[in-house]
Amino acid sequence: MTQPMLTFQHVTHHYNGHAALQDFELSTAAGEVLGLLGPNGAGKTTSVRLANGLINPSSGTIRTLGLDPIAQGDQIRAQTGVLTETPALYERLTARQNLAFFGQLMGMSAEDCRQRSQELLGYFDLTERADDRAGTYSKGMKQRLALARALLHRPRLLFLDEPTSGLDPEAAAQVHELIATLRDTQDQTVLLCTHNLFEAQRLCDRLAIMNRGRLLAVGTLDELRREVMPGLWAELRFYQPPEAAALHAVRAVSGVLQVEELDAQTWRLQAQEEAVLPQVVTALTAQAAQLTALRPNQASLEDIYFKLQSAHTEGA
Amino acid sequence: MKIHWNYLTAIARKDLLEVRQNRAAWLPMLIVPLIFILVLPLATIFIPPAIGATAENLTQDTDLEAFLANMPPSFKESLEGLEPVALMVKVMLGYFMAPMFLIFPIMFSTIIAAESFAGERERKTLEALLYTAASDLELFLGKVLAAMLPALGLSWGSFLLYTVVLNAAGYNLFGGLWFPLSTWWPLIFWISPGLALLGTSATVLISAKTPTFMGAYQSSASLVLVVIGFLVGQATGVLYLSVGVGMIIGLGVWVIAAVLTGVAVGSFQRSRLLVQAAN
Repeated sequence: MTQPMLTFQHVTHHYNGHAALQDFELSTAAGEVLGLLGPNGAGKTTSVRLANGLINPSSGTIRTLGLDPIAQGDQIRAQTGVLTETPALYERLTARQNLAFFGQLMGMSAEDCRQRSQELLGYFDLTERADDRAGTYSKGMKQRLALARALLHRPRLLFLDEPTSGLDPEAAAQVHELIATLRDTQDQTVLLCTHNLFEAQRLCDRLAIMNRGRLLAVGTLDELRREVMPGLWAELRFYQPPEAAALHAVRAVSGVLQVEELDAQTWRLQAQEEAVLPQVVTALTAQAAQLTALRPNQASLEDIYFKLQSAHTEGA
Repeated sequence: MKIHWNYLTAIARKDLLEVRQNRAAWLPMLIVPLIFILVLPLATIFIPPAIGATAENLTQDTDLEAFLANMPPSFKESLEGLEPVALMVKVMLGYFMAPMFLIFPIMFSTIIAAESFAGERERKTLEALLYTAASDLELFLGKVLAAMLPALGLSWGSFLLYTVVLNAAGYNLFGGLWFPLSTWWPLIFWISPGLALLGTSATVLISAKTPTFMGAYQSSASLVLVVIGFLVGQATGVLYLSVGVGMIIGLGVWVIAAVLTGVAVGSFQRSRLLVQAAN
């Protein structure tokens, strides 16, 4: 088994008297895109800072690329790339000057930096504007330049903190495309911090859902479904609102876990397995309910996310 | 701990490139020296004869009389035998102006350091810099280098130009080269570097509390009061900047600069900088 690229073991970090991370556990495998999901203040950015040695944990152990961020932060940062929440570019400098500066501070030789900058400026479609000041760029262009900066020194581990925050839909789609390409063609390990569920579902191999510094759940979408919203889900639509007896009859079918009325003519049903569905149809037919559609569907990431967040909020 | 000198030079180069593009930063660095190097000396040398000032007008000025009366004997000796205009020029431009020149290293270093440290935070570029492979010490030294080298270069360049202007404009008056006076050497090559470091370190500490370049620069600029103190001391006869006094003052400046630098290095940590940036 390959060594994890990043591990957090029982990490707690206190900031200004409150716990930004609490007993946080996480591990990232090589080549995967791991999404850190949570609302503002969940601890996503804190995790990135801790992993790169910008701040020290109050307790617990972190290993980034097998190194200790407290003692070996400089070595870690030479091998990681970070896209911060704001592009943080030197706006009075040109794109090329920005890349040259950061390349040098990542230990690249001038020639390697020049070649790689050229390659990335082309890849991110910025070559024509490479000698213009970054301050004259659109938001999308700035974000692409910031991504180029994060990738400049060929990092083994890439941190993307809210990569589409503040971008218009076109620019966000462009950034999504770029991240997908990195994942698919370069086998890049990525930790993606986001509160954009669509982005996470589209780009991530595994998802870690956080709230107020705590890890609520982690796994692939299927694993999260099994853990958080197990069983089979199906949506039932009726031609006319069914009688109350129909609802009782369906609830009485063995293997039906729960039935929710979404509206007068639509129900949502959770069953143990697919084989239960024919029995549900039989029960409804016996009650003369006019079923027009039965669509088995899976819980979405949004369903899982909000279920976890509301459970955490209620439990807090 | 290994220091990557290429990191230091990269930071210094980048900061200077940014200063060059910030007119609010470089304009004062151009205008103030021009006033001290060109306008004041030329006015002092050429205006009195042009307006027909007599020897009596010049030497009977009460301030000048008091200044001359309180001068140490060694200073007085250097003025013996001079014509009234030459005497007035030598007193004003050779002795009186000397402490004013100490404004340059303070002003240049605080402007560049404020732009470099507070400016980085103001423009929200700090976090990206903190994610680079440079250590805290390398980031600090790179920025100190960015402030110190041009501050000293410009101060020494200003001194050189002042020397040229004074000798060229006063050649006929003195019948040859007459500047620099020996009292200037400790000011320029001993006190000035100390003040540049002091200005830089003080600005680093002030920048931690001030969110903008202009705020940091204005707070740091209060260091100029030190120079005003020298000027008043010399004008009132309390303190004359002889070579010996200059060396002693320089030592004091270096000690204070070293202490402030130590404190600034200790406070320049990524975790603290992030907290400051968030405030």
